[in-house]
Amino acid sequence: MTLALLLIGFLLLAAAGAAMLSRNLIHSALLLTGAWAGIAGFYLWAGAEFVAFAQVLVYVGAVSMIVLFAVLLTRQGATTAPVEFDSFRRAAAGIITAGGVMGVLFGAILGTPMDVTSAPPPASITVRQIGAQLMGPHAAALLIVGVLLTVALLGAIVIAAVDKPDDPAP
Amino acid sequence: MLGSGILKGLGVTAKNFVGSYHDPARMVTEEYPDTPARLPEAYRNFPFLVTENATDPMGTLRCVACQICEKECPPQCIYIEKSKDKKPDATGKPQLYPAVFAIDTAVCMSCQICVEVCPFDAIKMDHVFAVAATNRFEGLLLNREQLAKPNSYFQQIRPAEAGEVDTRLAAERSAAEEKARAAAAAKAAAPKPAAPAATPAPKPAEGGATP
Amino acid sequence: MNLETLPLQVRDWIVGRFPDALQWLVHHLLSITAILTVFGLFFAFTTIAERKLLARLQNRLGPNRSGLPWFRSLKLWGLTQPFADAIKAITKEDVVPAAADKVLHFLAPVVIVAFSLLGFAVLPFGRHLIPVELDAAILYFFAAGTATELAIFMAGWGSRNKYSLLAAMRALAQLISYELPLILSVVPVVMIVGTLSTQEMVLAQGGWTWGVLPHWHVFTPWGFAGFLIFLVAALAESNRSPFDLPEAESEIIAGHLTEYSGFKYALFFMAEYFGLTALSGLGVTLFLGGWQAPCAFLEFIPSWLWFMGKLASMIVFFIWIRGTLLRLRIDQLTRLSWKFLVPLALLNLGNAAFWALTPGWTGPLALARWAVSAAIIIVPFFLLGRRLSAGYAPRTYRYAA
Repeated sequence: MTLALLLIGFLLLAAAGAAMLSRNLIHSALLLTGAWAGIAGFYLWAGAEFVAFAQVLVYVGAVSMIVLFAVLLTRQGATTAPVEFDSFRRAAAGIITAGGVMGVLFGAILGTPMDVTSAPPPASITVRQIGAQLMGPHAAALLIVGVLLTVALLGAIVIAAVDKPDDPAP
Repeated sequence: MLGSGILKGLGVTAKNFVGSYHDPARMVTEEYPDTPARLPEAYRNFPFLVTENATDPMGTLRCVACQICEKECPPQCIYIEKSKDKKPDATGKPQLYPAVFAIDTAVCMSCQICVEVCPFDAIKMDHVFAVAATNRFEGLLLNREQLAKPNSYFQQIRPAEAGEVDTRLAAERSAAEEKARAAAAAKAAAPKPAAPAATPAPKPAEGGATP
Repeated sequence: MNLETLPLQVRDWIVGRFPDALQWLVHHLLSITAILTVFGLFFAFTTIAERKLLARLQNRLGPNRSGLPWFRSLKLWGLTQPFADAIKAITKEDVVPAAADKVLHFLAPVVIVAFSLLGFAVLPFGRHLIPVELDAAILYFFAAGTATELAIFMAGWGSRNKYSLLAAMRALAQLISYELPLILSVVPVVMIVGTLSTQEMVLAQGGWTWGVLPHWHVFTPWGFAGFLIFLVAALAESNRSPFDLPEAESEIIAGHLTEYSGFKYALFFMAEYFGLTALSGLGVTLFLGGWQAPCAFLEFIPSWLWFMGKLASMIVFFIWIRGTLLRLRIDQLTRLSWKFLVPLALLNLGNAAFWALTPGWTGPLALARWAVSAAIIIVPFFLLGRRLSAGYAPRTYRYAA
């Protein structure tokens, strides 16, 4: 079991590292997708089937598409042109942003009291239990996320559907 | 109603599916090498020479070696040599015949001009479909023995045109006979009352005009 | 000898011949081999059945010439055609464009076939025949299917051909558009049955009224509507006619497959059929009662035969559709999804909720339950259909008889 975890972790980190170092944006995006799939593998290893499949469905299926479409739609000219290192200021800005995100995440994780010494977890959590939890105690969170996503969807439609006056008639 | 067109279309294809198993008229596929190709009557490929009699093809060629087709042929694939002697044709009139009649099918483009210009209905378009030879020179150069095909074959591949040609030729022949008979009668009226009639004209399908 | 458990007996017999330490491995490998063999052959014969059926739908004969080597007179109705096709595909030259991204170009067909096979793992093929019994099987099925989008993108981008890339974007637009109605048409079943497990969904459809009327979901108003939406969305998800415009072979060469040849092309082809088969299997499981027999007295036929029979009839129906309908334009395609199928699927969700809340309506109230449920879906179908087809339909064909 530990071997599997090590393997998953190694592949995950390798994919993430390669994604960071790759000079080709598309390769980076695809490797990032691989890293997400690795996270799903980790969830699967941890016995959280539902979260693992949701991770694949959302990240590998949907978010990767958004990233790839964004790359293709924004980059001008040759898509394979490697990204050149241009200035120390940009590099510093990147490192500071990444460090900030990491600090917040680590702070949150370390600040959360985790009951690691408690009794062993139940053998398996069924989807029905997860559903009951989501619809019961955590219904507010679910509803807020749902509303947020709906608003984002509507906003996207509004932005996309407005005809600019100088657009030729379809 | 939305979707009714789809249902109608599904009905049509379902009818096709069921029909294709019990209604051979629906099927358009020809399984060519296994079954001979079904050619339309107007299909034409390479000319052939019409003979009156299947049993004696060389003796009853309609061709009189007038060489019009040889001169008109655009790719010049016809080669004719006239005979030295004359043979009686279908109406009994002595005519030249082709000693050599060759068509190079490697050159022929099946334009049918030879057929159009022939005044004797002696050359017609064939229904050859699959032509293959192991030699592109001799193998595709057809001589008059290979080109000659009886009138019955012509009637078989092009019934409409053959019927029309046959009635026209028969009319010409009976007219010629009529003329000959009149001439003979006129001749008989002058010196002697009972002169033998002119040579009897052979019937079109069984001409016996051997030399 | 029990036909019902025959596959399991065969498996246990084979597993029993191996040492204990290896038995778990052999057990799983056997499941994988069985899926690969059965559905590989199913794929092979689907291609020949498709070609023959399409031909018959168009009054043609279809392929009937390929026989056996050395037994040339034995034609076997052309049934060996798929094997001849396979040999052709394997022996063809594999052309890779000089400028292509070699790794992605190579990975795309591998990824698409691998992931399109994953969906089979959770389909219950019989009463005791399910490769992996997952609690979140439906979620797994759709998660496995998402990787095909990545593979299509990899194929289009890796080919380094602008037509391939554009076609890949079109294909992705189609897949993303139709994933929504597909999943929304499945959610009602999840709501009614209250589980994500495929086996439990089949079990929930067991039983008969008077021994002849099966309790399949397709025989309820919401189930019927859901099944139709599922059919349309499944057609689009698996790139089948009339939604096959990403690789419309008669208009654009092959879309994102333009730069693929030989066996890699065959792999894409295979993945398409695997995806279609898996989706059909899911449709059978969710709506057509899975491996349940249609009548009580037909239960003596083994359940896996029922499943395969239903699967085959789904495939035949898809072929029938392909032989009948014309290809849509990309704008018609997306309009159909976003303006018609998604609203209907959302309404159907409400319909299923109504059905789930009214199980107590029995006797004369059952009729009212049916009527209300049918009205919830049929009235919007008419209204939406009339509104969306205003100005387009009914069409007048000037030259048609």
